[in-house]
Amino acid sequence: MAKVAPELQYSDEHEWVARDSGDAGSNIVSVGISAVATDALGDIVYVDLPEVGAAVTAGETCGEVESTKSVSDLYSPVTGEITEVNSAVVDDPALINNDPYGAGWLFKVAAESDGPLLSAEEYAAKNGGEL
Amino acid sequence: MTENYTALYEEHKKLGASFTDFGGWQMPLKYSSELAEHHAVRQSAGLFDLSHMGEVWVTGPEAAAFLDYALVGKISAMSVGKAKYSLICQEDGGIIDDLITYRRGETKFLVVPNAGNAPVVAAALAERAANFDVVVEDASAATSLIAVQGPKAEEILLRLVPAEQHSVVTELKYYAAVEVPFTFAGNTTELLLARTGYTGEDGFEIFVDNDAAAALWQAIAAVAEDGELIPAGLASRDSLRLEAGMPLYGNELSREGNPFSAGLGPVVSLAKESDFVGRAALEALKAQGAGSTSGRKLVGLKGLGRRAGRSHYPVLKDGVVVGEVTSGQPSPTLGHPVALAYVDVEHAELGTPVDVDLRGKAEPFEVVALPFYKRAK
Repeated sequence: MAKVAPELQYSDEHEWVARDSGDAGSNIVSVGISAVATDALGDIVYVDLPEVGAAVTAGETCGEVESTKSVSDLYSPVTGEITEVNSAVVDDPALINNDPYGAGWLFKVAAESDGPLLSAEEYAAKNGGEL
Repeated sequence: MTENYTALYEEHKKLGASFTDFGGWQMPLKYSSELAEHHAVRQSAGLFDLSHMGEVWVTGPEAAAFLDYALVGKISAMSVGKAKYSLICQEDGGIIDDLITYRRGETKFLVVPNAGNAPVVAAALAERAANFDVVVEDASAATSLIAVQGPKAEEILLRLVPAEQHSVVTELKYYAAVEVPFTFAGNTTELLLARTGYTGEDGFEIFVDNDAAAALWQAIAAVAEDGELIPAGLASRDSLRLEAGMPLYGNELSREGNPFSAGLGPVVSLAKESDFVGRAALEALKAQGAGSTSGRKLVGLKGLGRRAGRSHYPVLKDGVVVGEVTSGQPSPTLGHPVALAYVDVEHAELGTPVDVDLRGKAEPFEVVALPFYKRAK
């Protein structure tokens, strides 16, 4: 069963959110997609990410994830400005399947506000993942 | 819809398959990674459960003449032991299904339709048999079908077959079938071994009674060396058949379409003397130039960017809709997106640049020759 990383928060659209713990008061969050989502999508072959400096809005599309079988919209789980994107996953989208909570992260946002987020327990209960 | 399970369902569960509904059947979509399964079939071998496919036996003194009437091909011209790809059409030329017919004797044929269509094809054959001395028997529910596909398929199967029978396998031609003894689970059983497949690779399809299917599946897996053969699901089957340019019923083929537009004109034998269901309509479609000078034609498209066209996406020429994608995805073997699409014949020439509307964004594609992938002989 797909892993749900316990320390993260999740959106209903299967994005995860990690708070930057290094810097007290930082509002920078990292965003990726859950292993539940990567399992369902299959092998990811292309990812379209927002650009640095772009404004994103919680619950709105900000990119696309394309697997061998289908295309899915990528939604931002938070509102704010993109500060960094993971160019490694653009070059090698398989990183998203292989390490969805690590090397497969997608982008960072200076978050002004969060969309509705679930705890890992809530997300796993709803989507059948394993903590 | 009834959920059907193949005799190999428990094997798939043990292997950790994720399942999908296909034509009313719970079938393995993939076991691990569909890309890994795809590459295994191209480079070594994959093991498929195709038990959802239909098996309809047609026997009796008029079996050959009957199939000439029921299908669009000249089945009576096929010699015993051979297989033939054909279509079953409606009176108006619409395609009910594409299927493979194996000639097992002068008066004995095995017809293999697609999963979801098997009951419809069996019923249509039974209905068309009214004036012929034949028996149509739908054995789909009792029959399993296991495929071993890939360049190592023959080598792997030879380990299952008694040494004195090796030449039967090695000499089996593409699109031919033979009964051969396989030894598995301590028993030797005669199976119907066919050198056919839907992946663009060399390979075999093995028809077996349901009660022996799991033992056969395990025996094939057991004789393969580590990494030589992996179970492969329907996701990889779809990407393999797309690269091989093979049509899929429900995507490229339908009751609304016709054989000429689908590029299957050569399958229709208008030259056969006898009448067949759909003849008048198909003659008229051919006279109209369907798929050659009029209407739409099935073509291959190569994506020039990284993003793939998908089923039902519009094909554009200078912003105007001139066609529709029927199947599309990134080609794992070729490394660029490929698609099958129906386009107006005036834009079907090889090399024609077109766009595919990818959710509002026009992406460049080019009409290319089919198949996209052809194995080296």
